[in-house]
Amino acid sequence: MSSPARLSRRSFVKGSVVAGAGLTIAFDLRKLARAATEPFAPNAWVRITPDNLVTIIVDKSDMGQGVLTSMPMLIAEELEADWSTIKVETAPANPKYGNPALGGLQLTGGSFSVRTSWLRFRKAGAAAKEMLVEAAAREWAVPPATCVAENSTVVHLPTGRRLTYGELTDKAARLAVPENPKLKSPKDFKLIGKRVKRLENPPKIDGRAVYGIDVTVPDLLVATVARCPVFGGKVRTFDATAAKAVPGVRHVVQIDSGIAVVGAGYWPAKLGRDALVIEWDEGPNASVSSAGIRKMFEELTTQPGPVARNQGDALASLEGAAIRLDAVYEVPYLHHATMEPMTCTAQVRPDGCDVWVGTQWQDGTQNTAAKVASLSPGDVRVHTTLLGGGFGRRFEQDFVAETVAIAKAVRAPVKLIWSREDDTRHGFYRPTTFNRLSGGLNGDGMPIAWTHRIIGSSIAARAFPALIQNGIDGTSIEGAANIPYAIPNIRVESTMKETGIPVGFWRSVGSSQNAYITECFLDELAAAGGKDPYALRRLLLPPTSRHRAVLELAATKAGWGTPLPPGRHRGIAAAESFGSWVAQVAEVSVSPAGDVRVHRVVCAVDCGIVVNPDTVEAQMEGAIAFGLTAALRGEITIDKGRVQQSNFHDYPMLRINEMPVVEVHTVPSTEPPGGVGEPGVPPVAPAVINAIFAATGKRLRSLPITKHDLKRA
Amino acid sequence: MAKLVVNQKQYTVDVNPDTPLLWVLRDSLRLTGTKYGCGIALCGACTVHVEGEAIRSCVTPVSAVEGKGITTIEGLSPATSHPVQKAWIAEEVAQCGYCQPGQIMSAAALLAKTKTPTDADIDAAMAGNICRCGTYPRIRRAIHAAARLAGGQ
Repeated sequence: MSSPARLSRRSFVKGSVVAGAGLTIAFDLRKLARAATEPFAPNAWVRITPDNLVTIIVDKSDMGQGVLTSMPMLIAEELEADWSTIKVETAPANPKYGNPALGGLQLTGGSFSVRTSWLRFRKAGAAAKEMLVEAAAREWAVPPATCVAENSTVVHLPTGRRLTYGELTDKAARLAVPENPKLKSPKDFKLIGKRVKRLENPPKIDGRAVYGIDVTVPDLLVATVARCPVFGGKVRTFDATAAKAVPGVRHVVQIDSGIAVVGAGYWPAKLGRDALVIEWDEGPNASVSSAGIRKMFEELTTQPGPVARNQGDALASLEGAAIRLDAVYEVPYLHHATMEPMTCTAQVRPDGCDVWVGTQWQDGTQNTAAKVASLSPGDVRVHTTLLGGGFGRRFEQDFVAETVAIAKAVRAPVKLIWSREDDTRHGFYRPTTFNRLSGGLNGDGMPIAWTHRIIGSSIAARAFPALIQNGIDGTSIEGAANIPYAIPNIRVESTMKETGIPVGFWRSVGSSQNAYITECFLDELAAAGGKDPYALRRLLLPPTSRHRAVLELAATKAGWGTPLPPGRHRGIAAAESFGSWVAQVAEVSVSPAGDVRVHRVVCAVDCGIVVNPDTVEAQMEGAIAFGLTAALRGEITIDKGRVQQSNFHDYPMLRINEMPVVEVHTVPSTEPPGGVGEPGVPPVAPAVINAIFAATGKRLRSLPITKHDLKRA
Repeated sequence: MAKLVVNQKQYTVDVNPDTPLLWVLRDSLRLTGTKYGCGIALCGACTVHVEGEAIRSCVTPVSAVEGKGITTIEGLSPATSHPVQKAWIAEEVAQCGYCQPGQIMSAAALLAKTKTPTDADIDAAMAGNICRCGTYPRIRRAIHAAARLAGGQ
């Protein structure tokens, strides 16, 4: 007879029928009675089936950051699951997957995944394990303390008896879920800290992986939308005659954001859209321009704004400083430019709606679809696909609302695909900011005063108004109000000003610009005081600080102060963001023609306990490419209320031939994990810009670098 | 009607002859491994092989490749056994993964012609493929590793 655990219900029934045939069979029946039939699902995250497979349900979306491996590792570690049998599912939109650390939202962002699940996921695994051990102990009538769990099996140590988790599912399911299961000591970790291969990667190399754009359902139509090029504009009139004449075009419908053309495939829908004749009401933003925004912001820096940090008396100490520096720093709008443009598929029926989408915010999708389809959120099923990049853009729900509106109007399943041009011109951009800074040094060249006034538009005002406190959007001052340096007098102000241009969360958010501004201005103060920029930073940080430790590690590994090949120069910068500390040293050369080349970036990171070292390294490498793209040439400009860029020729990305050598070093730590997806971005721009100063003596106080003429006279 | 040979299978599709091969692959043949990224041959996400050459399917009218041997990521190898695919897993290249089919097709075309590419060869062959996740250091490592695998080392 085969192993009882593998018996189907059918064999079990057959076995019961012949129960009277003899002792041998009776004995087997006792074993058969033990064969589990129902899955064991003690919480929202773990499901163990009688075939001894462990399924882990992950509430986070995969956009390349490795959560479909790192999050299951947390559970499997405590569950003592056999990693080779782990299956991973992405959670549906459901309040039980809301994250209490994020006010109950089911979203992926803020580098929150591992750090807000560190205890919750481990407890979920540990609770399941305790129940399985208890179930086995009862089965054997032995004390649970004499049993151990390993590789999805409970072992009774004194006798060596074994039961697989699959054999225990029924019995474990009848036990109470322990509220405070015992967690492992980090020294006993078997998975956490190991270079575990990414479970989600094999389908990404042979075409099997399904992103939002790949979703297909029966009778699917494909839609494109013509939107007003000016933000906030509306359709005045339109003529769809020519569009409808395009072979393959099925419907032309008006929705809030513009005119949708729906066809048998993307190409007919695109040709149909090209054939539309639309007259737009351009609305109130028709004259908005980058130059106008800059002028408005510049004027605002002459007035005091809401105070984000006030320590000592910065204004008075500036007056009394031996040396005073004043500077203006500016950063442009930036676009996410995910490789997969926005896309979503929806089917609306009278009693419910299905949405297939690569989203960073499942309950946002659910609520958006419910509102547009006039349903209750519980009637909307959200199927999360892989995300072809997120970086904050896929937190937004604009493309979900469009898709559901079109699907509702045409009464058929519809996949909306944005073109690259749509994606570039209808984004939620990293805010442009205008910054006025002053610094004062004492006679020894040490900073004694620091003031920083930030003008920019608020992300939170639209996305999460609760994040605005005392007139300050917390995302605007990240990396500015919390500078770690021991400067006795610090004043940071932040004024919000709406511009008509939508702004959103962009990988590392406020720190993406503020680390550049503050770490470059600190470099200016170091130079003004005759100090080495690394030495000054060390002097301004307490010896035990994690900030100082990453700086020291980066500087040491980069050989700070040692000779470089001719023409190469170093710059250093560090920033804390999302609960992790990252320092980088960039090696840069500037050609006589003024071309900047970044040769090498040495990156030191302290993100607490490392769950998967390979993923941490990958995120740092990727963050450096992301930060370099922005620093070197990233700029979205506005004219007549429109984005002037459209595709990769005028919003170019870093390419392989421009990628520096990257070295990542991790600070060993016993602290709980910090974020990993974003913290690698903030130090990139200042490290590179500070290296350009070392190379040329020029301070680049605005980005991108390509705006500046670095040609040598 | 266009007659196509994709991954050694014959297909007849009823599309406008100007339709880019990309959308015929994706919408008509449901071979969705080939990705849309830019539509103007600037990002390489749509890279496929036509008679062994890496081309951008987003700007290639279907009429231009009738009867020619087209290979997509789905047909690159049986059971993902191509050295480039093996190296991609060994080096854990993919992050979001969206651009990787195009990267892999470009890399496979490079190695078909240049058995042991230098870093400069890799730059020249791969600079047309954008990866927004920044997996470039691993792409470079994986191509060198694939060259070693293919050479039996």
